[in-house]
Amino acid sequence: MARMKFLCDAERCIECNACVTACKNEHEVPWGINRRRVVTINDGGPGERSISVACMHCSDAPCMAVCPVDCFYQTDEGVVLHSKDLCIGCGYCFYACPFGAPQYPQVGNFGSRGKMDKCTFCNGGPEDDHSDAEFRSYGRNRLGEGKLPLCAEMCSTRALLAGDGDRVSDIYRERVIARGFGSGAWGWGRAYPGQGS
Amino acid sequence: MKHTAPMNVFAWHRAVTALAALVVAVVFSAIVIGDAAVAQTGGSVPGNALGTTADSEFWRQIRQGESGTVAGANEQAGTLIQSEGDNWRAMRNGPLSKWGGWALFGTVALLSIFFVARGRIKIGAGASGKTMTRFNLFERMSHWLLAVSFIILAVSGLNLLYGRYVFLPLIGADAFGAITLYGKLAHNYVAFGFMAGLFLVFLLWIKENIPNRHDLTWLNQGGGMFNDAHPPAKKFNAGQKMVFWIVIVAGVSISVSGWSLLYPFRYEMIAPTFEWFNWMGFNWVPVDLTAHQEMQYTQLWHAIVALLFIAAIIAHIYIGTLGMEGAFDAMSSGEVDTNWAMEHHSLWAEEEMSEASAKEAPASAAE
Ligand code: HEM
Ligand code: SF4
Ligand code: SF4
Repeated sequence: MARMKFLCDAERCIECNACVTACKNEHEVPWGINRRRVVTINDGGPGERSISVACMHCSDAPCMAVCPVDCFYQTDEGVVLHSKDLCIGCGYCFYACPFGAPQYPQVGNFGSRGKMDKCTFCNGGPEDDHSDAEFRSYGRNRLGEGKLPLCAEMCSTRALLAGDGDRVSDIYRERVIARGFGSGAWGWGRAYPGQGS
Repeated sequence: MKHTAPMNVFAWHRAVTALAALVVAVVFSAIVIGDAAVAQTGGSVPGNALGTTADSEFWRQIRQGESGTVAGANEQAGTLIQSEGDNWRAMRNGPLSKWGGWALFGTVALLSIFFVARGRIKIGAGASGKTMTRFNLFERMSHWLLAVSFIILAVSGLNLLYGRYVFLPLIGADAFGAITLYGKLAHNYVAFGFMAGLFLVFLLWIKENIPNRHDLTWLNQGGGMFNDAHPPAKKFNAGQKMVFWIVIVAGVSISVSGWSLLYPFRYEMIAPTFEWFNWMGFNWVPVDLTAHQEMQYTQLWHAIVALLFIAAIIAHIYIGTLGMEGAFDAMSSGEVDTNWAMEHHSLWAEEEMSEASAKEAPASAAE
């Protein structure tokens, strides 16, 4: 069984934000929420690098561990999903998540953040696959259709890779050898500890 | 052959010139290409653009929380990896839950042992049948506002921390999710009732809770908890004063931290507190905190205070109900038996009685 992972090649990412836009459009993500974001380090300076980041679908996910209503589950492919019916909007997953992935439709108004939303690896949620209910709450279930996450499919420089972790790391390793520099499987050490990269 | 010589000479000259040109070209292009070779590896995209920073150093900084910028998003979003969340998770799901559980369990266990050993503390002289007013309606309403909101906050709060392990397996995810959602809403709104109750109780009883010399006698005799002594006391004995001050201090602290949890990422409370710690001599407390850390520490503090507070209040509830005959009347009807008053609050009871008879005396003289 494949273990789904994201990898963003910082030597290729050009901060075009196409992944952010593609995601927002594909899933009709609510106003004010971006499931993915592009962070630029040393913006405008020498050695500027951009990295696209969303939920990394961690092994031993911190969000799962702290949720008071235990509303997360991890699929056989390692995708971390949650139930918006059960979520109480406490914000704890956001305190715990290393990558700042969980998002809320409202900002801290009287403790009412609304139901948490985050990247689903284009894998929908607990509702019936491809149902309206699933689409409305979680967005498209592309994995269920045999497709990979749209952000990575859309990436013009192929900086963002998504899919079976072994395939992703093979592609990345080949690149690093071919170009002779820039090895930094971003975030893997944190997200998938003890699994190599 | 004569013809050939000039040609040969010409060819020789040509060869020398060509060779010289080639050498110049090679040397020159080596100089030119040499520079480019630094920037181009294997003919692909320029790398090593980080200047004096090594790649590994760059990744290490990000791993340790280095942040960048995000177009159109808040500052927080610039952080790529915040490892503090792992520490928070480890603390909350580890020592906090574990020791908090033991604190609550231990309190109940100690009280049970106490109850078995000591039994219910009776009114030594029996009930007199005559009563006197201890708390008026307003005082009782304030107390119950505080008490009822405390219990709702405690139950809904404990449910957030332990419910997942205790109730969820019993009633299933859907029912538990619904209950916890209402519990959270209750927690968020009832909090204001708690703050109001705290404020009223503070104003009403602060005067009688200033420590005095009788408290030392009371403490010295263990408050008569473990023997039948009845050390003198005014309206509140030293034990009750301790409860009062625990409630005020813990109540204010839990309200402030709770407020910050209610309006997350809006206040900086932990950093100034830690600065003050360091000023007091603990020079190791970190004061340069991220917004995430503020929330994490606030949540931990809120829960630590809550657990200790609940343990203390369990003991308070015990002594006010099961533990002592006649005590509950003070907060239900507000009227206590005069013998109970004489035993537990002799100085207060005497004062009240002499005041009452002083009021009656002129009336009877006029008859
Ligand atoms: C008085 C003002 C208070 C306010 C504004 C307040 C607010 C909060 C908030 C916002 C949370 C986070 C979860 C949520 O969104 O509901 C929380 C959690 C919690 N509160 Fe309070 N609270 C207050 C008083 C209390 C009191 C009096 C107790 C206990 C007696 C208490 C016990 C707890 C506990 C145990 C948690 C859960 C901690 C965890 O899950 O780790 N709170 N509170
Ligand atoms: S990246 Fe955050 S939200 Fe995603 S699995 Fe890890 S902890 Fe959970
Ligand atoms: S916000 Fe929702 S998903 Fe996140 S920890 Fe709270 S209840 Fe769980």
